[in-house]
Amino acid sequence: MFVTNTEEMHGKTITTCLGVVSGSTVRAKHLGRDIMAGLKNLVGGELVGYTELLGEARDQAMDRMKDQASQLGANAIVNVRYSTSSITSGASEIYVYGTAVIVE
Amino acid sequence: MAQITIFFTLIIIGYLVGQALEKKHYKSIAEREQALVNLVTTSSKRPVGKMDAIVHCELVRGNVVVSIDYFKRLVAILRNLVGGNVRSYETLIDRGRREAILRLKESCPGAIQIINLRIETSSIYKGEGNQLGSVEVLAYATALYSNEPI
Repeated sequence: MFVTNTEEMHGKTITTCLGVVSGSTVRAKHLGRDIMAGLKNLVGGELVGYTELLGEARDQAMDRMKDQASQLGANAIVNVRYSTSSITSGASEIYVYGTAVIVE
Repeated sequence: MAQITIFFTLIIIGYLVGQALEKKHYKSIAEREQALVNLVTTSSKRPVGKMDAIVHCELVRGNVVVSIDYFKRLVAILRNLVGGNVRSYETLIDRGRREAILRLKESCPGAIQIINLRIETSSIYKGEGNQLGSVEVLAYATALYSNEPI
């Protein structure tokens, strides 16, 4: 599956457009990471636990979107956008959407 | 009395360690930016300049969550009383953005150009009194390759 966030697929030609596909996931951080983050908040700097958490969440949302696209018979997704919203102070939602297409 | 002692200890620890960490982070950002200076990165939707034929392109991303230290948080609260530039948050977000872009660039060795760069910032954690605790920066873009990646 080819994925880009441009409108066209550079180096390939789009033959068919199959519509919008999307994937989302809601993740909560776990307690151990939360305590570490609380300590890290004292001195500042990167919160590695949260960075990994959000990275994994984005991978999962992306996988769900790819599944949806392959069910439609697409072999590429163009114009992908990410969006993040915090639902409560403990959890955030990752949403990714794009256009499923067939390229050759 | 004990509470005041703890409070001042936290501020001093936050100030000393926070400053040292920030200085170290900025140094590492500067070095890595220098190393990647030849990789053209644009927010334009089309490739810029003359280049080899593109055979492959893919979505790449980099993200980072950065947090502010205890001392700077206090300074920001005091700053809120009089208004003006909140320098402590400016450096926080600057560090986050530059780090996210660097991670994006480092995630695609062999790319000839990075186009359509988008940066998104969200606050993922709010402390007491709804003050900003940490921000997440996500950078995503399309990496172009002139030969099939290994």
